[in-house]
Amino acid sequence: MNGVQTREIRCAEFILCLMAFMPPPHAALRTALVTAMAFAHHKAQEKTAAGPGNISRDWHANLKSGNAVAESENIVAETAEKIFADLADAQTINRDSKGAWKTPLWQALTEAGLPLSWVDEDCGGSGASLAEGFSVLSAAGRFAVAVPLAETMLAGWLLAQAKISSPDGEMTVVPASPKDRITVNADGSLSGRARGVPFAKAAKHFAVLASDAKGSVSIALVDAGKCRIETGLNLGGDQSDTVTLDKVQPLTIKPAPKGFDQTRLMLMGGVARSLQIAGALESMLEISVRYSNERVAFEKKISKFQAVQHNLARLAGESAAALAAATSAADAIVNATSFNDEVFLEAVAAKIRCAEAAEKGGGIAHQVHGAIGFTNEHILHRYSLRALAWRDDFGSESFWAVELGKLVCNRGADELWPLVASR
Amino acid sequence: MTAALRFDPIRLPNECEQLRKEVRAFLAEEIAAGTFDPHQPNREDTDVPEFSRKVGARGWLGMTWPKKYGGHERSFLERYVVTEEMRVANAPTRRFFVADRQSGPVLLKYAPENIKMDILPRICRGEVCFAIGMSEPNSGSDLFAAKTRATKTNGGYLINGTKIWTSSAHIADYMIAIFRTSPPTKENRRHGLTQFLVKMKQPGIQVNPIGQITGQYEFNEVVFTDFFVPDDHVLGEIDGAWKQATSELAYERSGPERFLETYYVLTELVRAVGTNPDTRSAEGIGRLVAQVHTMRRMSVSVAGMLQAGKEPVVEASIVKDIGTVWEQQLPHRVRDLAAFVEETATNRETLEKQLDFAIKTAPKLTIQGGTTEVLRGIIARGLGLR
Repeated sequence: MNGVQTREIRCAEFILCLMAFMPPPHAALRTALVTAMAFAHHKAQEKTAAGPGNISRDWHANLKSGNAVAESENIVAETAEKIFADLADAQTINRDSKGAWKTPLWQALTEAGLPLSWVDEDCGGSGASLAEGFSVLSAAGRFAVAVPLAETMLAGWLLAQAKISSPDGEMTVVPASPKDRITVNADGSLSGRARGVPFAKAAKHFAVLASDAKGSVSIALVDAGKCRIETGLNLGGDQSDTVTLDKVQPLTIKPAPKGFDQTRLMLMGGVARSLQIAGALESMLEISVRYSNERVAFEKKISKFQAVQHNLARLAGESAAALAAATSAADAIVNATSFNDEVFLEAVAAKIRCAEAAEKGGGIAHQVHGAIGFTNEHILHRYSLRALAWRDDFGSESFWAVELGKLVCNRGADELWPLVASR
Repeated sequence: MTAALRFDPIRLPNECEQLRKEVRAFLAEEIAAGTFDPHQPNREDTDVPEFSRKVGARGWLGMTWPKKYGGHERSFLERYVVTEEMRVANAPTRRFFVADRQSGPVLLKYAPENIKMDILPRICRGEVCFAIGMSEPNSGSDLFAAKTRATKTNGGYLINGTKIWTSSAHIADYMIAIFRTSPPTKENRRHGLTQFLVKMKQPGIQVNPIGQITGQYEFNEVVFTDFFVPDDHVLGEIDGAWKQATSELAYERSGPERFLETYYVLTELVRAVGTNPDTRSAEGIGRLVAQVHTMRRMSVSVAGMLQAGKEPVVEASIVKDIGTVWEQQLPHRVRDLAAFVEETATNRETLEKQLDFAIKTAPKLTIQGGTTEVLRGIIARGLGLR
């Protein structure tokens, strides 16, 4: 307990010192982070060191420590990580049938400025970089976070493309599938139906991408209360709703930047989901390894059986593939100067490969856990089912595989290797 | 607790792209000159010594080694580009590949200065071919069960025993082999093996080719009878070869050759399908491309870690595990899709021939250079399970 406290305090002090040297534009973010750190520190004092929130701490600290990222990226990710560890602990959430964890978690994330990470300060956000935001999503995946954090981040990002300020509160993006279309009517109102919209019911506002009869693309801020919402649940038990807009007048509507289209939005959403899946797989590997080192069968730890070891090695491989594909795609978007075939390859390959890993890796995690992993009481399903559910958002792996296959064939056989080697 | 896996998104630096252009131009010239046929996957059937010398003359062998030994002091990432371009083009690399990847670095680390000065510049010029003497008739994956004896004699050692599955032994000028210098101890069964440099093509060594199911004669049985190895050909610590083996595996296991071995069938499938694929072909190709892209990003990431002086043993084992399983399955997945290729596709025959060869090649890919089972054992140890 004392050890934990000391570490929290040192960490907070260290970050305060660091912030003094940070370059100026992130003033609001810094203020928010200081608040969040203090908050996280306070919460940590209430927890015991053995709480499941600490499970992943060394693992993740390890993961971050050597990364060649800017210090500020570490601070944003570590802040998110700390909030999740304190307020989104899988075990606590799993036992909480009334959902009492949601409000304090969302409040802490909001106070830290994380939901509007990708919105500049002059548009009401905290002005973090794309890379910082992506690292928050990786952390969110590692904790299988079930509040509309990724969705609000994406919505804020979408609105920011058209310089529309983001309001407070939960948001999500419409549409969330490459097959659904929202239309801008001649009178400026919006119509259309979008299925599988994550957290639509929880959202106060929607960031909508729509196009008119001539194909001009617009971005709009819409009051969620003006839309019809049919509620649904995804495999992970999170909201996945159908949103219908019937001549809804948007609060604000502006033209999308030149070249911005629905594919761009889907790929950004897909990369977000890829990072979340990769994060969930990291945690599934970690809890599976730990469980195999505890569970005894046939008078020895099951981790000592070669069949179990090889299954876990395969899970590590799937986790590694997802991590590599997702972080590579995020890096590609961060450094993209234009939206070309190379960025498309990175983004869709991540979605395809992470979705495949969610199936294979999640299956192994369950196999290692045996019956206990199939129960409501155990936390494994929080990761395994969410990873499976995230496959469906912003275009499934089979959808994008067809699109990628078409692109590759269209470029021709001799242009395949140059495309792969360009990354 | 286990250490977290790391696969940072390493990008090849700009100088690599200039190099890539040079390598592609060189390969195009060689193809045009008829040195090799890029559509012919069994590249190892033709032994092309002059190709090796040309690659050496370009400065593409020993790229990362010190200049005093003929090397070029370039980065692992630059070497990576050369390796992948040669592999994708089906270039005949057999003569120099093992020396450049594996044997040279072992000599750099463990050979006496006179040997280094003698052999390394010749590797860099593409003049010498190396083989690796690990497996024996009764020890394959169980490397440390090797029995071939090295008995101390005046000024060196006498070797007696048999190595097997030794690729390229029939054309090799040298072999780096492990021989037993002492029995294993109770405490350490890996004790007692020593790494040696062996000059091939001498009395006392008999090389017997072994036919493979692909129709090739690529590997061999190598029989040593009272074969003399001088003292200065000992590489590293007597009885301590086991200490030298593990950290080098990262170099051997994570390169582009570990997932591109059957890549040619994917290119040929795309050619056969044409520019307007049906949905099934498009989906199949899309998934395979997403998978190979991911493999490559993982492999480049490991190359970047090696360049940074790290020893990503577990990450490298993961790359070889999923890379070789992937390249093993690839011809079968391409075969599935090839069933729908139009009769009129002009490269149909080429694709079918390539598939035959790739499907026959596939079983060895998860065996050579460390079986899947051995790799998963290493990964499991890294995860803290053993």
